[in-house]
Amino acid sequence: MTSLLDLSLAEARDGLRAKEFTAVELTDAYLGMVEKHRDLNAYITETPDLAREQAKAADAALAAGTAGAMAGIPVGIKDLFCTEGVLTTAASHILDGFKPPYESTVSANLKKAGAVMLGKLNLDEFAMGGSNQTSYYGPAKNPWKAEGSDVDLVPGGSSGGSAAAVSARMALAATGTDTGGSIRQPAAYCGITGIKPTYGRCSRFGIIAYASSLDQAGPMTRTVRDAAIMLGSMAGFDPKDSTSADVALPDFEAALTGDIRGLKVGIPQEYRPEGLDPEINALWDKGIDMLKAAGAEVVDISLPHTKYALATYYIIAPAEASSNLARYDGLRFGLRVEGKTLDEMYAKTRAAGFGEEVQRRILMGTYVLSAGYYDAYYLKAQRVRARIAEDFRNAFKTVDVILTPTAPTPAFGIGANMDDPIAMYLNDVFTVPTSLAGLPGLSVPVGLSSTGLPLGLQLIGRPFDEETVLRAGDVLEKAAGFSAVPSLVKG
Amino acid sequence: MSLDRDTVRKIAFLSRIEVADEKLEPLAGQLSGILDWFEQLKEVDTDGVQPMSSVTDAVLRWRDDVITDGGIPEKILANAPEAMDGFFTVPKVVE
Repeated sequence: MTSLLDLSLAEARDGLRAKEFTAVELTDAYLGMVEKHRDLNAYITETPDLAREQAKAADAALAAGTAGAMAGIPVGIKDLFCTEGVLTTAASHILDGFKPPYESTVSANLKKAGAVMLGKLNLDEFAMGGSNQTSYYGPAKNPWKAEGSDVDLVPGGSSGGSAAAVSARMALAATGTDTGGSIRQPAAYCGITGIKPTYGRCSRFGIIAYASSLDQAGPMTRTVRDAAIMLGSMAGFDPKDSTSADVALPDFEAALTGDIRGLKVGIPQEYRPEGLDPEINALWDKGIDMLKAAGAEVVDISLPHTKYALATYYIIAPAEASSNLARYDGLRFGLRVEGKTLDEMYAKTRAAGFGEEVQRRILMGTYVLSAGYYDAYYLKAQRVRARIAEDFRNAFKTVDVILTPTAPTPAFGIGANMDDPIAMYLNDVFTVPTSLAGLPGLSVPVGLSSTGLPLGLQLIGRPFDEETVLRAGDVLEKAAGFSAVPSLVKG
Repeated sequence: MSLDRDTVRKIAFLSRIEVADEKLEPLAGQLSGILDWFEQLKEVDTDGVQPMSSVTDAVLRWRDDVITDGGIPEKILANAPEAMDGFFTVPKVVE
């Protein structure tokens, strides 16, 4: 059965259609891996019965010729997407026992396309974190280990369970969400592909909100082609999300022509700060050479406000979070801790239900929105955000796509950076600016560090131009020929 | 910019999160550290720049003012920790 697990999503789709194997066989192979590698803590909830039922339905649809684009493909769903009747936790204690009475639009779209749900994947609590260590259910582990070391590494975050599962063959693909890098950074840490589409491309309806002006769903897969296929099934206009973009949905897979001759690729000098790991620098240069060799034209550009992006993000995102998370009141869902008064019940419930990082962000968000500080922090951050977005607009007057590293380091050990919030925030330094500007960003695995850990490069595109990003990503992926897998997959 | 214990106590109340007295000081230290880090934004010239609250320039859509959902009280209450007789319940608020 090992061969089934080695297939990409595109290959599995084609194999299912050619009747080389059934969706039930493919699903069983993945369910076996979910069980085998439970120690990675990638899943919060496993749904094997539902998966087998959906696989049978997919086989019937395949036989009848009515199969959708994702028919029979076993996927994991980040536990931030509401799934009807299936426990949805956001990796928080405060959502204990929450079974949504409705389905998120993205997971509903995947269901409609015939995807099989293996279960709900671990994440940082409410997607707040870059290492999956803030999960109430404990950290997911990266399937990769540094050469000659047995230290458990973080899978990145917040979509850490998603990245770990796809990398360890515990899902053929997974959904992620990205607010400041939560798809791209874990994809880089785990040696897989992940794209955050343009803000508005995927509906936010039914995705538990963190920072609504930034949150965006996207696919996490083994190849760029797989990401293109899955994005096509996730995306689309949805009247239930007021910021959903009413734009045409292109055939993303058809955009992978392999031809990037004449494409102008921007290289922003600000992404080479002093002290950047020489390995990351070298990987980036390698990526530049690959795109050049494929006929692209490389252009040096400047994104002058890059260094202010992180501080801007850590004002705006907690501000929005403090407002969004006001709904956890001990009344309507989840945990409730009794108190003598209504206020006391709220305060005790929220103290017991939210973890440390979530509490810190709510407090910070409340402070920057409070009377007397709103202008100095929140409005200032929104103004700087406008300048950051302007930087990208200017750059895209001369280039078609921008190439940068995805993260400043490879995956680090579980337990590191936990006492220093700012050090932890630095993992998002290359992904946050794209989020603030609402642009599509793709991470592709390109090489290994000297310690044998995967490293990724990021391609950033114009709004709603995922096609160019994916086309360039496909070329980069083929040139890099990244074929390494974690040793636990090798068996 | 540094926060004192009383300010942390105040924002904890505004956030409706109970914070134990012995946690106020360490939290004040952590939050002050982050606020210091925010100071760098003062270097950015933002005179005349409109605050950006959304990445889309699109105006919010209009729709007909009709009921599109509802009539599902059981579903709404199904996740409530202490629902009773078709209502959410709260501690007594009127003596």
